[in-house]
Amino acid sequence: MASFVVRHIIRLMLLLFAVSIVVFFLVSVSPIDPVQANVGQSAYLNMSEEKRAALAQYWGANTPIWERYINWAHDFIHGDMGTSLRYNAPVSQVIAQRATNTLLLMAVAWVVSGLLGFCLGILAALKRGTWVDKVVKTYCFVLAATPAFWIGLVFLIVFAVWLGWFPIGFSVPIGKAAADVTVFDALHHLALPALTLSVVGVANIAMHTREKAIDVLESDYIRFARARGYSPWQALRTHGLRNLALPAITLQFASISEIFGGSVLVEQVFSYPGLGQAAVTAGLGSDVALLVGIAIFSAALVFAGNLIANILYGVVDPRIRAGVGSYA
Amino acid sequence: MPSAISRTAPPAVAAAPAVLHQPQRRRVANRQALLASLVCAVVLLAIVVVAGRFVLYDVAVATDFSQKNLAPSLQHLFGTDWMGRDMFARTVAGLSLSILVGLLAAAVSSVLALVLASIAALGGRRADAVVTWLVDLFMGIPHIVLLILISYACGKGFWGVTIAVAVTHWPNLTRVLRAEIMQCRESLFVGHARKLGQGSIAIAVRHMLPFVFPQYLVGLILLFPHAIMHEAAITFLGFGLPVDVPAIGVILSESMAYLSAGMWWLAAFPGLALIATVMLFDLAGSSLRKLIDPHSTQE
Repeated sequence: MASFVVRHIIRLMLLLFAVSIVVFFLVSVSPIDPVQANVGQSAYLNMSEEKRAALAQYWGANTPIWERYINWAHDFIHGDMGTSLRYNAPVSQVIAQRATNTLLLMAVAWVVSGLLGFCLGILAALKRGTWVDKVVKTYCFVLAATPAFWIGLVFLIVFAVWLGWFPIGFSVPIGKAAADVTVFDALHHLALPALTLSVVGVANIAMHTREKAIDVLESDYIRFARARGYSPWQALRTHGLRNLALPAITLQFASISEIFGGSVLVEQVFSYPGLGQAAVTAGLGSDVALLVGIAIFSAALVFAGNLIANILYGVVDPRIRAGVGSYA
Repeated sequence: MPSAISRTAPPAVAAAPAVLHQPQRRRVANRQALLASLVCAVVLLAIVVVAGRFVLYDVAVATDFSQKNLAPSLQHLFGTDWMGRDMFARTVAGLSLSILVGLLAAAVSSVLALVLASIAALGGRRADAVVTWLVDLFMGIPHIVLLILISYACGKGFWGVTIAVAVTHWPNLTRVLRAEIMQCRESLFVGHARKLGQGSIAIAVRHMLPFVFPQYLVGLILLFPHAIMHEAAITFLGFGLPVDVPAIGVILSESMAYLSAGMWWLAAFPGLALIATVMLFDLAGSSLRKLIDPHSTQE
């Protein structure tokens, strides 16, 4: 157990180290001048030479990249993630503020898409070959070909513009003091982005569950249960659901990377102030510290998801658990 | 016994007899239908590219302020935007760009995957460990974040988005091909060929290539949909094609400012067209897989 924990902590360290190197390398080869990207073309042309030099100093454009990396890494090890030049605040603070929004959005989408996908998959398998199955399959097939941000735009048109049920963007009402924002306001603003992300995430899990459920339905033990007089649904509920649920949960944990990617796009559509939007702002504004911070945060998130998935694989299938009893 | 089984089995299973139980003529027709759908998909995509690049490109960037903000009609199938540009022409031009970027990026990505998979499978333990670690690293960062970073590193624009999409789509295919090549290397026929004294180049060309190539081709075609969607996404976020180019991502991102004014057609039709394109590629890929992959001919 202890060696398991240590091994994964070392792997996480290595991964985060590699991610930070990759990000710094990519930023260093970029031809984009951070000063020009942030002050705009006309302002840059009208600027005095000293002002430009001062700004270049502020954005660290003259410092060699390896020196910046060493400075950054030194601070990072001491728990300081640097200062976001775009938001003029510590990176950890920017990330903490926005991570709450993003994680809430992702959590809702994760649960809803998982449950919905699982149920649809089971339903399609039970009604295999009928119109129900065809509808579910078509839905998944079309959805797999649909960009998340376009679904967001369509929901925006239908639910926010035509029906007016939901606000058109942001996470709180415009012009309302932060203290007056109620939980209902927050949920009201969260609903549409979360719905978009949930709808997109269904396809994968539904198709996976359908395949597995068909395998289970064709197995001998289900046939035996059917011979004892169970209906297909009864047989599946008593003998199949548990075998199906764990792989589905595992798959859902392994797909955190995709949900994060979807949330970046969806946040952009709904102007939802989360990590994805901050990443886009940081990228467009050459905010290296924030970019590295978000990349590391998201990599750690994906790592955690994959780790949980791996552990669950072991729980589901004892043969995968290395070093356990007779299977070792 | 068989009758008892078929009575207890769900009726849907009994209703779909195995393909091999059907007369041979119907099986051939099935194959021809696959071939026809493949050809249709390819021809349609080619038409979109030609139309978008050469026929409609000038229309797509031409402004006409007497025709602005029009809802879809027979004259302007997809309506017009706030500068009076015809949305149908813009959509087709955008799709043609998406397809070209997708083709280029998927081709590069698949070659990368093939090379890395070969190195991993044939280059010994160390090479395998390095490649596997690279795959894990690339899959450990969310794809969108990686795309943003690489596009930024390449200075955004056409090359930014193309390079970003090209160098991030190989990990999955690399895994598949690596497993395939390893299986092939351990297979009996390669072992026999080696025992019969064939050189490694001869084995690679005559025995391994025909085994791996179908997987590679299918993987390549199934990369297109991802490549196209990621191109649109990156352009939508502002890291891809510049705003003066009629690209799907640009169209959709510009449309956001006009949605609250009720101009739904700016977003609806270009998106639908993009979905249709992606599904055409999917269709082409899955038809091709069924045609050339011996494991799925029974589907």
